[in-house]
Amino acid sequence: MLKNQAAPYPTSSQPQRRRQISDRTLSQLFIWPTLILLIAINIVPLFYSLFLSFTNFSAIANKPAEFVGFANFTRIFNDEDIWGYFALTGRYALISVGLQTVIGFGLALLLRKKFRGSGILTTLILIPMMLSPVVVGLFWKLMFNPSYGIFNYLIGLTNPATAPDWLANSQTALWAVIIVDVWMWSPFVMLLCLSGLSAIPDYLYEAAAIDRASPWFQFWRITLPQVAPLLLIAVLFRTIEAFKAFDLVMGLTGGGPGDATQMISVEIYSQAFLGQFRTGRASALAYVVLVIIIAVSNVYIRTLNKVREG
Amino acid sequence: MKQTRVFTLLAILCLLVSVNLVGAQDGITELTILWAEWDPANYLQQIGNEYEAETGIKVNVIQEPWGSFYDRMAVEWAAQGDAYDMVVGDSQWIGQAVEQGHYLDLTDFMVSNGIDKTVTPATLQYYGEYPAGSGKYYAYPTEGDAVGWAYRKDLFEDPQNMADFEAKYGYPLAPPETWAQLRDIAEFLTRPDEGIYGVGVYTQKDYDGMVMGFQNVFFSWGADWFRDGQVLGVVNSPEAVEALEFYKGLYQFAPPGTGNAFFAEMNDVFISGQAAMIMNYFAFFPALINPGVNPYAEVTGFFPGPKGPNGDQFVSLGGQGLSVISYISPERQEASKEFIKWFAQEEVQKRWAAVGGYTCNINVLESEEFLTNTPYNAAFADSMTFVKDFWNIPQFGELLEPAQTYLTGYVVGGEGTAQEAMDNIAEAHQEILVDAGVIDG
Repeated sequence: MLKNQAAPYPTSSQPQRRRQISDRTLSQLFIWPTLILLIAINIVPLFYSLFLSFTNFSAIANKPAEFVGFANFTRIFNDEDIWGYFALTGRYALISVGLQTVIGFGLALLLRKKFRGSGILTTLILIPMMLSPVVVGLFWKLMFNPSYGIFNYLIGLTNPATAPDWLANSQTALWAVIIVDVWMWSPFVMLLCLSGLSAIPDYLYEAAAIDRASPWFQFWRITLPQVAPLLLIAVLFRTIEAFKAFDLVMGLTGGGPGDATQMISVEIYSQAFLGQFRTGRASALAYVVLVIIIAVSNVYIRTLNKVREG
Repeated sequence: MKQTRVFTLLAILCLLVSVNLVGAQDGITELTILWAEWDPANYLQQIGNEYEAETGIKVNVIQEPWGSFYDRMAVEWAAQGDAYDMVVGDSQWIGQAVEQGHYLDLTDFMVSNGIDKTVTPATLQYYGEYPAGSGKYYAYPTEGDAVGWAYRKDLFEDPQNMADFEAKYGYPLAPPETWAQLRDIAEFLTRPDEGIYGVGVYTQKDYDGMVMGFQNVFFSWGADWFRDGQVLGVVNSPEAVEALEFYKGLYQFAPPGTGNAFFAEMNDVFISGQAAMIMNYFAFFPALINPGVNPYAEVTGFFPGPKGPNGDQFVSLGGQGLSVISYISPERQEASKEFIKWFAQEEVQKRWAAVGGYTCNINVLESEEFLTNTPYNAAFADSMTFVKDFWNIPQFGELLEPAQTYLTGYVVGGEGTAQEAMDNIAEAHQEILVDAGVIDG
């Protein structure tokens, strides 16, 4: 054996050193740094912002936070504009996630059967969800431009003088944001549905075929129930994300024109920053949104469990 | 062997400490200035390099993108940090910075050195003084700026256009002197079939773009944000409503796709040949005379903001003043003042203007050399005598938000009427100002 070659077995001192660290200590050595990090960057700010939501604190006011009780929450619940922004966000989430579900599931059904080039096609379809939302917002802004953007041209509106300015019209701005969101995130739904579809055992379809079940019957009784758990997970993720819609909206419309696309996250940003720095009120609004998201998620999870239980 | 290593380490440590002490004894060797990320900050760095050559004190101009410029400074203020010795801060910040003690009082320094007399009164008032009319100064007017206009001379001087325009409107086609003329020209030059539109105006919703554009009309119509302790009836006065209707009227002659446009988009539509006239801050005009950037550079002309129906002429103020952060050490404060004193000299201001900075120095602004240095300097010097600003009190951000929302809602989104938009702004401003104790309820 060469002098510098590693010994194949522990030397006499090594087992002793290992015995000094118990499994329990070792596991804690792995867990605690992560826990401390999580507590420091997640839990502490979470509780700190909860505290701030009961104060009139402003991050730039150079004054200590003053306790104001439920004043911030009262103001939020009595503000008609805020309710309007919640309704707008709900409408956006409903339409956007609905379209993503239909399109994503449809794409997954189309790409389910392998064909020549299906791999590269799947990869190409997935590209939008890999892009930065800010970048997506900026280039869709160009595509929506009535003078030189390609969008109006593609839908047959070739005269810039009469073509709609999607982002500058209160009636169309929300739809413009929805179109971009659907373009970007339908592939995500497709991806989850594809994995669900690929997990359906072939014998179910073979048995259905022997029983002369129609394609519609097979879809309704086999495909959909089998994919439903993953589809619901996709819908859950997308709904949560839709409620937090911010970067895409800022990149496309900045919340305008007027407040036509002022989603609740944009409103939180506007109150927390943009020269206002109403940190306390923005924290309170963020908690209201958090509670709503948790409530919606809970409904989804209960439904998911019911679907799983069959 | 071990002892030798310890001694060597100690010797290095002593050397480092002594070098540091020598540096400290020499006094301040470096000054740091925070500014937004744009060309004037590069020009200031050039001037700062000259200061270093003269005094040995290095000047670092730190640039922060416009979008996060205020946030970065605000967070630094809240922490009472001393990362920056000076800031070239926006005119609207001064109220907050003074009331919360972030800016050093420069009154005695500026008055005793005669610096206050070297700059135009309007720039001293809007960039340096707080509260207005108090005679207390907190900033040296550094980068004067205002909203001006660029236009396509080839379109204005085209014989066919000139003849057609005069036949239609009854007066010659020339750079407008009134808003009514500007509207006529915008209408005349709007030719969607040729891809040309009459005018580009600010409409951006995010921060203050819409307000900065609309104010040019608003003030020139005789309207204001506040008068005689009143907001209601002032912000939504008949003149204000008429001004808003006029601004919306102008927007119909704007290139499609400019519903959320500010300075970058204005230059874009001009350079791409889509707009015959654009409003923009003078600070963004250098790109328009650069043939490498603007294919119409040779045929681009400039004019100041036109007059309103009663002859009032105002333009929105841009630009910034140089302030000293109060949280730095007294030595650094003195060194910062020395830099301002040096920078305020007429010779330095001439160089500042020559490299591209928009000086506020009276003599330099009036000099023939400055007025003819660029095609837009004359319009700039003219504009700086009738600038007017939005609120500069600490609540300016809160006041901006409803103004931006209701103005873009009406002008761009077509929501409601001008009267409703101005009524909503007036009510929101009233509530904010009463809450803040600025006005009585």
